[in-house]
Amino acid sequence: MSIFTRGFSGRGRDDNPALPPGQYLTEDFPVLSAGPTPTVDKADWEFTITTETGETHRWNWEQFMALKIDQVDTDIHCVTRWSKLGTSWRGVSLDTLFADVETSAGYTMAHSYGGYTTNVPLDDLLDGKAWIAFEFDGEDLDPEHGGPARLLVPHLYFWKSAKWVRGLTMMENDDPGFWEQNGYHTYGDPWQEQRYW
Amino acid sequence: MTEHLDGNVLAGPLSELFRDDMTTAIGRCAHCGDVSVLATALVYDAAPGWCVRCHACGDVLMTLVWAGDRLRIDLRGVTALEVGD
Repeated sequence: MSIFTRGFSGRGRDDNPALPPGQYLTEDFPVLSAGPTPTVDKADWEFTITTETGETHRWNWEQFMALKIDQVDTDIHCVTRWSKLGTSWRGVSLDTLFADVETSAGYTMAHSYGGYTTNVPLDDLLDGKAWIAFEFDGEDLDPEHGGPARLLVPHLYFWKSAKWVRGLTMMENDDPGFWEQNGYHTYGDPWQEQRYW
Repeated sequence: MTEHLDGNVLAGPLSELFRDDMTTAIGRCAHCGDVSVLATALVYDAAPGWCVRCHACGDVLMTLVWAGDRLRIDLRGVTALEVGD
């Protein structure tokens, strides 16, 4: 009888239907970053949505915190193959932020403090699918995890959930963001295992 | 003479460029113009990708990504690479 081992990669999806293909379960919250952690003071923080006409909608921290706040319980999936189930966040829905935004563009580029970018179709940000999250597990979002606020798009691989998000720019075309320019999939659906192009 | 050759003629010079340890190659940062050996760069390991930043200005020099069984390099912030004894 042959004996195979899974090694040290943790429990695979055979044990858990909540795990997308090729993912394993982790209880940790690994930190992955393409650069140094920016220091963003809430007093200086702002979030903007800029449309294709150049119109900019702007919220400072106080205005942002006065918006309707959602409790979000969700699973998250990283392209490096870890998934974390049942994570708990608080944030403002993109539906709330887009309520008064007039646009006919179908795509967005998320921009972060520190220069990171990632592209997300507008449809994937609306209808209760995405938030600007500022709290994780009942605590202020740690700077290592994107605090004071990060994009949270849990149905896509987690590189799309840009840390230290500062704004969204509407785009007519699905231009690639930072990692999407060199290898990462333009859409990134974990259930389709869209890791690379 | 204005006729061009095809890329096969680069086999010689490119094999010189990529012939051995590329961390000793000298690169120029597209953002600040700093000229340094690659070994001095700041590397952020976000596997399956690496983000390589200029040690002088912090801007991105290049990214490398293991995309399945293929390695991809994006030299978006390097305007020149130099090797030689």
